[in-house]
Amino acid sequence: MRELFVDEMKKLHGRFAEMGINVSEQIYRSTTALTDHDEALAKEVTSGDNGTNSEEMELEKQALKLIALQQPVANDFRDIITILKASSDLERIGDHAVTIARETVRVKNGKQISPIEKKISLMSENIRTMLSSVLDAYSKNDDKAARQVAKKDIEIDRLYVEIRDDITKALAKHPEDAQSGSSYLIIIKMLERIGDHIVNLAEWIVYNVTGKIVELNPGKADPELLNNIFSDNLNVVK
Amino acid sequence: MADVKAPSKKIITSENVYLYYGKKEALHGISMDFNRNEITALIGPSGCGKSTYLRCLNRMNDLIPGVTINGSIRLDKEDIYAPKVDVVKLRKRVGMVFQQPNPFPFSVYDNVAYGLRLAGIKNKQVLDQRVETSLKQAAVWDEVKDNLYKSALEFSGGQQQRICVARVLAVEPDVVLLDEPTSALDPISSAQIEETLLAIKDKYTVIIVTHNMQQASRFSDKTAFLLNGNLVEFAKTSKMFMHPDKQETSDYLNGKFG
Repeated sequence: MRELFVDEMKKLHGRFAEMGINVSEQIYRSTTALTDHDEALAKEVTSGDNGTNSEEMELEKQALKLIALQQPVANDFRDIITILKASSDLERIGDHAVTIARETVRVKNGKQISPIEKKISLMSENIRTMLSSVLDAYSKNDDKAARQVAKKDIEIDRLYVEIRDDITKALAKHPEDAQSGSSYLIIIKMLERIGDHIVNLAEWIVYNVTGKIVELNPGKADPELLNNIFSDNLNVVK
Repeated sequence: MADVKAPSKKIITSENVYLYYGKKEALHGISMDFNRNEITALIGPSGCGKSTYLRCLNRMNDLIPGVTINGSIRLDKEDIYAPKVDVVKLRKRVGMVFQQPNPFPFSVYDNVAYGLRLAGIKNKQVLDQRVETSLKQAAVWDEVKDNLYKSALEFSGGQQQRICVARVLAVEPDVVLLDEPTSALDPISSAQIEETLLAIKDKYTVIIVTHNMQQASRFSDKTAFLLNGNLVEFAKTSKMFMHPDKQETSDYLNGKFG
């Protein structure tokens, strides 16, 4: 019986890993579509999200079935709860990639502001590095690595504030770019949210390994950190 | 190709089975079909009739005085209660494992070969081979192979039960009935029996009465819930344990009664 459970869990982990890779590619496509001005690629992201959603549903179905029929306890229980919760975060990350892609199409119709897009591209790269590190930590059940990844979210928050100020300044000079500017704002907000979901993933890894529910979001764990970022940037605007 | 008929998926069909102990009606008309190569679990509180019903399937209740059975039970379309039926042959096709391991007080080998010898098989090579295969199927071969001539009673409860499973399998039945086969065993031995049953279902149809709902959920394909001599619900195990149709089923599975 144990074997049956182990086999099923292996399948679930496989599905989860695949879903992770697909979601990471979705982020890549959506932000590359922005910098390369590639509307077709942006549209691919929208259609690709159906795949992620059905993967998540399939994974949920399997996980629920395992819980109901095999009644896992202890480590097995944490393993399955982790995958269930983590897959919701992945799915949400996929949704954010779609929003980014939609806004990308909108930017395409307006005027593009190259320096801002470069920074967005950098932010997206950071996000993808974080995502791949957290997925790696997940596959290795490495809670220390997960905690390290979560710490990097503060850098994403900082970039978010920085780019937001850049956009504000650019729009102050060129109000006619408002359409693109408003899309950029949404895009960076989505990237920032993806960072939060990556932190959630890290939290679930810690739960899986240690059984502890923790708050790893640096901004939430230490609000002072965020205040610093915000006030620093306020000074810059002045 | 088209004219070659595959054997029907259903191996046992039962319709309106009523059973009386004297005047007392214990089963109130149970209709249930069993598919080949599936494991069906019968669950329900004590006294609900699950063992009684199970014992109808190979006419074990015939041995109890005052029992009358109405309705029909068919094995491959043949009425097992028809007068011409040879009960010994029926029980060879529909074998049974009981709650308490009940090996005969002789060697492992003789236990497993018992049914074969009864069937007139004397060839040593054939016996050897069937004993080995059956013990392997019952997942107890590795533990007994060096002690085949030791008394079966000297083995642990879990091993004895698997020897009993091997004894049933040796005569190559179509259906294996098990009446709470693991309730006297520890969790490890229970798990071994469960694995054994899973492994043999390619060849056999398994019907098991169990008090252990987790056991039913872990490895059966279908589950039947009986209550007070009635069949309350019979469905795929995943459905029963995730969204049963009846509130009573859910209440029983959640331990609210029983």
